[in-house]
Amino acid sequence: MAVQTGDAASAREVPGRRGTAITVSQLTKKYGEIEAVRGIDFEVAVGETFGFLGPNGAGKSTTISILCTLIKPTSGQAVVAGHDVVRERDTVRRNIGLVFQDTTLDTYLTAEQNLRFHADLYGVPRAAVAPRMRQVLDMVGLWDRRESLVRTYSGGMQRRLEIARGLLHAPHVLFLDEPTVGLDPQTRSSIWAYINELKQREDITIFLTTHYMDEAEHCDRIAIIDHGKIVAIDTPEALKASVGKDRVQISTSDDEKAIAELADRFGLEAAVHEGLVTFSVESGEQFVPRLFADLDVSIRSVSVARPSLDDVFMSYTGRTIRDTEATGADANRAMVQRFRAGRR
Amino acid sequence: MATTTTEPAAPAPPDLSSLIRVAVPERGLRQDLRAAGIVWRRELIRFRTDRLRAVTSLIQPVLFLFVLGTGLGSLAGHGLPDGINFRTFIYPGVVAMGVLFTSIFSAGSIVWDREFGFLREMLVAPVNRAAIVVGKCAGGATVATFQGIIVLALAGLAGVPYNPILIITLIGELLLLSFTLTAFGVMMAARIKQFQAFMALTQMLVMPLFFLSGALYPLSGLPAWLTVLTRIDPLTYIVDPMRRAVFSHLNISPAALHQLAPGVSWGGWTVPLGLSLGIVAIMGLVMISIAIAEFNKTE
Repeated sequence: MAVQTGDAASAREVPGRRGTAITVSQLTKKYGEIEAVRGIDFEVAVGETFGFLGPNGAGKSTTISILCTLIKPTSGQAVVAGHDVVRERDTVRRNIGLVFQDTTLDTYLTAEQNLRFHADLYGVPRAAVAPRMRQVLDMVGLWDRRESLVRTYSGGMQRRLEIARGLLHAPHVLFLDEPTVGLDPQTRSSIWAYINELKQREDITIFLTTHYMDEAEHCDRIAIIDHGKIVAIDTPEALKASVGKDRVQISTSDDEKAIAELADRFGLEAAVHEGLVTFSVESGEQFVPRLFADLDVSIRSVSVARPSLDDVFMSYTGRTIRDTEATGADANRAMVQRFRAGRR
Repeated sequence: MATTTTEPAAPAPPDLSSLIRVAVPERGLRQDLRAAGIVWRRELIRFRTDRLRAVTSLIQPVLFLFVLGTGLGSLAGHGLPDGINFRTFIYPGVVAMGVLFTSIFSAGSIVWDREFGFLREMLVAPVNRAAIVVGKCAGGATVATFQGIIVLALAGLAGVPYNPILIITLIGELLLLSFTLTAFGVMMAARIKQFQAFMALTQMLVMPLFFLSGALYPLSGLPAWLTVLTRIDPLTYIVDPMRRAVFSHLNISPAALHQLAPGVSWGGWTVPLGLSLGIVAIMGLVMISIAIAEFNKTE
């Protein structure tokens, strides 16, 4: 692990509001009729890993784009690394690293050439380029492949290279927009191994968006965003504790009857999620025997789960993230993206 | 194509006694020059690794010079002074053609970069957009001039002497032409978002520009409508100086020189060489300014 000298540590302190890497107040973004972000407020502390969790179309990408100075807010204010994202755009850009959802590498160049391009574009002091390049490439395990064309890389390797590139100019805040979207589970967990290691090595604030629950678990704090509003914001543990109930899912011969009986006999509100009758109850294990005794519907299987972020999401929004995927959220997002693309 | 599909486990941390401190400096002229420099260098790297493109963009000038030049030569040859081949006559125009497509194609890579995301990497950087546009135009101009030099090397086969002064003059003029053409392409690329649309539109504009430039025929004795069109075409003002350079190094009579390279004239007044080149340079500067303004508007 890197031992930081006191000198370096003091140099990394964010100017302006000490201890706060990102401050957002009453941030709003409208695309014509569509209100993508509806007046959100939050703060991210220096050194924190902060996650924006929500389904596609919830306003995550819009928010991160505003914080990265890529789009201007309709109203409200955002301060990143001590600078206003609208008035001090270039200063913010010097102090942040970006990893986008879609690749922005030149795949016909080598990894090294991509990094050199970035170093020159961001004005990384010449003497620092070679050692820093070695450092970030080592961090993501690509030093040995630095002379390969990026087009010969796998999806996971490309994403790691983008993370390395985002860190090259030693930003105060690293933005990761859906860092593992489109990657297979094994690659996703390996990307997270690198990000976790990065958190320990570099004194950096990470802001990420995700719609994967397991990914949100890696964050120090998460904000759950739905329909352009933050519905909950806390540590993953605190959020799960706030739900306080276990989730029970049962497979039955007659779901509708089961739901009616659960409401009737136990006063429980159940609904079908992911094809299973789902409800929340305190001490799930002790409840299961009563379920078998009192329910007339035959039960094929039962599962009891401790509260997960899925349940947190469900308790705040009334549905699971997977439910929202199946609805028109994707179409809505595609529409917003088309709209944005047209304006670029 | 992925050669590695499995992800290796995170390696043991290498010895990093401390973080390397990087302080990204304030924006300034030096930073902008460095940024323009790397954008320029990327064009060169991409050109060097793309040999197919270098070869394919040679095909058209070679076809024009040797196939069209020889084929039409038997017909057009009768109007030419003794000892002057039709190939020699169209040579300056064909050299200009050699840079035409390469310049436009280089500029078109902006559209390509936009589609594949890399443009974003450039546009989100804390750098003056002008630096990116200038770097791109300089890169396109350099690459296209290289391409033009390859066509220049065919001089002997077209009956043009390898005179150092002539070659240097032509290279200078090619550089000016490539710069202006790339600026034109970048200006178009700022607006057009699809690569196919860009190629279709530029091809549609480039061919008339080439045919109206007098690259394949003398500018004197044309019907009025064609005279007007040739004078409007900016390419005319670079093809003519190139032709004058080539013919001043051939051993021909002043009468023949006047017949073949009469110079561009506006209603009887011959446009001086300096003004002719100045027109092309100003066009280039105007288009690069429009391109910078366009890129400053986005994001």
